[in-house]
Amino acid sequence: MHMIESGNVAAATGVKLARAGVIAAYPITPQTPLTEKLSEFVASGQMEAEYIPVESEHSAMAVCIAASSAGARAFTATSANGLLYMNEQLHWAAGARLPIVMCVANRGIGAPWTVWNDQQDSMSQRDGGWIQLYANDHQQIIDSVIKAFYLAEFVSIPVMVCYDGYLLSHTYMPFEQPDQTLVDGFLPDFKPKNALDPENPSNFNTVTLPDVRPDIHGNIAPGYMEIRHCLHQDMRKAMMVLEEIDMKFQETFGRGGHPFVEPYLCDDADHVVVSVGSLSYHFRDVIDLLRKEGVKVGVMGIQLYRPFPDKAIVDALQGKSSVFVFEKALSYGNQGPLYADIKAALYPCDNKPAMHNYILGLGGREIKTAQLLETVRTACSKPKWLGDTPIWLGLKCQE
Amino acid sequence: MKQDDFSTLISRSDPGPGDGGRTGSWRVLRPVIDLGACIPSKTNKRACFNCWFYCPDGVVSKTIPPVIDYEYCKGCGICAEECPAGAISMIEEAHFMEEKNDECI
Repeated sequence: MHMIESGNVAAATGVKLARAGVIAAYPITPQTPLTEKLSEFVASGQMEAEYIPVESEHSAMAVCIAASSAGARAFTATSANGLLYMNEQLHWAAGARLPIVMCVANRGIGAPWTVWNDQQDSMSQRDGGWIQLYANDHQQIIDSVIKAFYLAEFVSIPVMVCYDGYLLSHTYMPFEQPDQTLVDGFLPDFKPKNALDPENPSNFNTVTLPDVRPDIHGNIAPGYMEIRHCLHQDMRKAMMVLEEIDMKFQETFGRGGHPFVEPYLCDDADHVVVSVGSLSYHFRDVIDLLRKEGVKVGVMGIQLYRPFPDKAIVDALQGKSSVFVFEKALSYGNQGPLYADIKAALYPCDNKPAMHNYILGLGGREIKTAQLLETVRTACSKPKWLGDTPIWLGLKCQE
Repeated sequence: MKQDDFSTLISRSDPGPGDGGRTGSWRVLRPVIDLGACIPSKTNKRACFNCWFYCPDGVVSKTIPPVIDYEYCKGCGICAEECPAGAISMIEEAHFMEEKNDECI
């Protein structure tokens, strides 16, 4: 069934189709109407779930941790400062290997206060042990939410589904709503690997010491280093699982095929623009215009940011003349996080492209097609290394 | 790839004494029960046991008289706070150290 709705409703519908059992959310700013929609689904009986309104995002994640530990399929959503307020619990959820799924409607972080779109919030959480998927449109939002539950539960790692605040969260777009019976056939029931069980009581995530030590039965139990190493190895292996899930999704629903990066006119391109989220679709108009001018340029959207799909990125970018990374986030005092990651991935290659880093759209600053067109046209005409200092686009009153 | 290949190492332990080490060594104040005032001890009836009920570490026995396992009691003092007869006093560990030292002399 096709529907025309907001990105938030696409996300909520995905959560409903995935039959999440516990939803915990803080209902006020910086929350989006996504959780409001879920509360309607639950109140009207369209969704059989426990809906728990909480007093903070920290508590929302704490409830999800408890629910997931008890074996329930748990979901929450947040944005910006709300995501940061969860921070301590986010690391806990990953370390405890709980397959929670969370939507992040990407927004700028205060101070100064802003509620508009950029990607600083989730980008700043890249090192916490969560898998991060980024959606470019409403169809990808609903599809990613369903795939996210599959992936999270298979690899026992929580998954963030990120999509641009306002640009996707509040705009209306047509998308296909997957059939419930098909989703039920696609998504296996949640069988937690480790869950609380009154019949078989046990302590989870008890204190570890710097070294390994015997448990109460005298067997050597893994220490902190072993447990964290296992998380890292599983994160890397999760890429193969995502690829399999994406293939299965494509067989069932007819959509997919780009689990890691989504290239557009990149094969024969000399220059490639790289960005994350809806901006990569915005760029397609720019690419079409430049192609008409005879500039061999393409754009690549990053669909999976953690674990970092370095092989797919190197395969797509090595040998190109230049790569322009456009980001709505910044590691202050350094570079854009994606730029730094891509540059590191390309380091071992013999034929490295020149790279530019552009920072734009922070705090919802409007990004105009004409501005992107001019920037990429100029960049393609002088495809040489400019140093690592990011170039800020759209600054108005400079000091 | 199977689901079982993932999350093979976590921190999980069966409940039992001593998983966190002998936590009695953390204690600064030691709860000591005055059996003359303690309700089950005084009446010889299986009544009260607030100390057993409220102990967050489960180191007080539900027996007449109640016995505190000092190997694991951290000395939080909840039992003393909850005892309706005021039969439990919290005494500085230093006091028992001195007693022990006196014995040695």
